[in-house]
Amino acid sequence: MSGPGRIETPPTAGRPDDIRAVPVRHRGRWVAVALILLFGASLIHSVATNKLLEWHVVGHFLFDPRIIDGVVLTLELTVTAMAIGVILGVALAVMRLSPNPLVSGPSWLYIWFFRATPVLVQLLFWYNIAAIYPRISLGIPFVGVEFVHGSANTVITTYVAALLGLGLNEGAYMAEIVRAGIISVGEGQTDAAQSLGMSRLQIMRRIVLPQAMRVIIPPTGNETISMLKTSSLASVITLTELLLATENIYSVNFKPIQLLIVASIWYAAMTSVLYVGQYYLERHYGRGSAREMPATPFQRIRRGLFSLRREATR
Amino acid sequence: MTEPMVRAEGVHKRFGRLEVLKGITLTVLPGEVMVLLGPSGSGKSTFLRCINHLEKINSGRLSVDGELVGYREAGDKLYELRESEIARKRAEIGMVFQHFNLFPHMTALENVMSAPIRVNKVPRERANAQARALLERVGLPDKLAAYPAQLSGGQQQRVAIARALAMEPKLMLFDEPTSALDPELVGDVLQAMKQLAGEGMTMIVVTHEMGFAAEVADTVVFMDDGMVVETGSPDRVLGDPRHERTRAFLSKVL
Ligand SMILES: Nc1ncnc2c1ncn2[C@@H]1O[C@H](COP(=O)(O)OP(=O)(O)OP(=O)(O)O)[C@@H](O)[C@H]1O
Ligand SMILES: [Mg+2]
Repeated sequence: MSGPGRIETPPTAGRPDDIRAVPVRHRGRWVAVALILLFGASLIHSVATNKLLEWHVVGHFLFDPRIIDGVVLTLELTVTAMAIGVILGVALAVMRLSPNPLVSGPSWLYIWFFRATPVLVQLLFWYNIAAIYPRISLGIPFVGVEFVHGSANTVITTYVAALLGLGLNEGAYMAEIVRAGIISVGEGQTDAAQSLGMSRLQIMRRIVLPQAMRVIIPPTGNETISMLKTSSLASVITLTELLLATENIYSVNFKPIQLLIVASIWYAAMTSVLYVGQYYLERHYGRGSAREMPATPFQRIRRGLFSLRREATR
Repeated sequence: MTEPMVRAEGVHKRFGRLEVLKGITLTVLPGEVMVLLGPSGSGKSTFLRCINHLEKINSGRLSVDGELVGYREAGDKLYELRESEIARKRAEIGMVFQHFNLFPHMTALENVMSAPIRVNKVPRERANAQARALLERVGLPDKLAAYPAQLSGGQQQRVAIARALAMEPKLMLFDEPTSALDPELVGDVLQAMKQLAGEGMTMIVVTHEMGFAAEVADTVVFMDDGMVVETGSPDRVLGDPRHERTRAFLSKVL
């Protein structure tokens, strides 16, 4: 990179046939920028100077241990529920694409059922499951063999209820996303892999899914971001995740706006981290699809600053 | 008498009610290069796909290297093979497609290495060395790290040939390997195939390259409407076609 203020000249500059033209001036653009800056400044001014907002309260609770616990629980719930959703989604998608109706049928039914009912209802359902199944066991049905068993109230804790409600529901949505990804991979790929003697599992794992990822990841990132916020529904079944943690505090100190701002700051921060993660995942699975790798955000910002500087030095 | 590499007797194939192969009978001897000619829709691709069991035949008998394709015979009964057994047999037959079908998320080298490692459990080191040698052989020693999207059609097809050869097949099937290529790229691919034929590989080639057929083929088979119309040496079939339909077809492509 050249030093500040230097103009980057192409290596061929100075040749007699180089074009030297007066660049187009974008006056309208500068007017728009001025208007936006003006509006932004007045908004910030009003928020910053509103005494009733009591920013010091926000600052005071931002790192409160109860809030941090809520953040951790929200993250845990998002990650585990998404993990269940992704694993279930891949399994359901592969099942749904099976030519055998005994395999694809149940998958269809599952997806239909979980998409046909609200996730809040499902959460409440799992939370209250003990009412119809007071005792839960894992074993071989009908022959009376049981490996583990217990009362539903001890097995299905609020966390497990939230996990089941969010994860099982997510599985249905992920199944459709994964299916779209698998379908997007051309049949020629399967033909080629089969003709090399690969097994069905190998073809799925090594050939089809890696290519499907390009289609699967953007909506999955979307789902994860969505899950981060949907997990706040678990507050309804008394799981002390981020939202309930803030509610618990403001029900005592009567400062709901400040605490909701605290929650929003944390949700926004976590979402931003997910943005970055998604970007690099997309880059990884996009390899081979374009002749050149797309620039990282840092490279792009650097390039953007550079071209601005060039315009300014004209 | 040597055992034929491919023996087809009255092979029929239907898609729903459409009968695509209507009793194909032919044999390919080890080391033989057979060129399949025929108008579009005559069933050439379908026949190739039956040979490595990408399609199931409906009736007749089809065997490769003395073993039935897709079935085991015991007494007078046929037993369907398991998927793993079918896969193992497919691994011994190389196939090259009109549209290359390279794996776009892998480099040229990875494309060639993957099946030997995954299917034949060849140690990575050895698969790597072998893949390099093969890519060199098809004239691409400097494209090891390139992804398919970064290669020309002709280069992609040569990677595809190397990928098939990496499994050390005893039979190679080519389905119009040069039809999707610009004319100036066809030569490199045909050159690689000619070299392979010279090394004694058994090959069945569907192509419209009459020059290749005349020069490299031992046998030319003309198919039309799911049947073999005419079979013979290239000189015979191309130079002195006996059948009306062969003559009509040749007058269009020559
Ligand atoms: N999977 C399939 N399902 C239904 N019909 C098929 C299928 N594959 C091929 N066909 C039909 O079988 C017939 C023969 O097709 P095939 O691809 O074998 O012809 P071809 O000789 O290779 O032609 P071309 O020179 O155009 O490649 C065509 O009519 C085609 O529509
Ligand atoms: Mg064809």
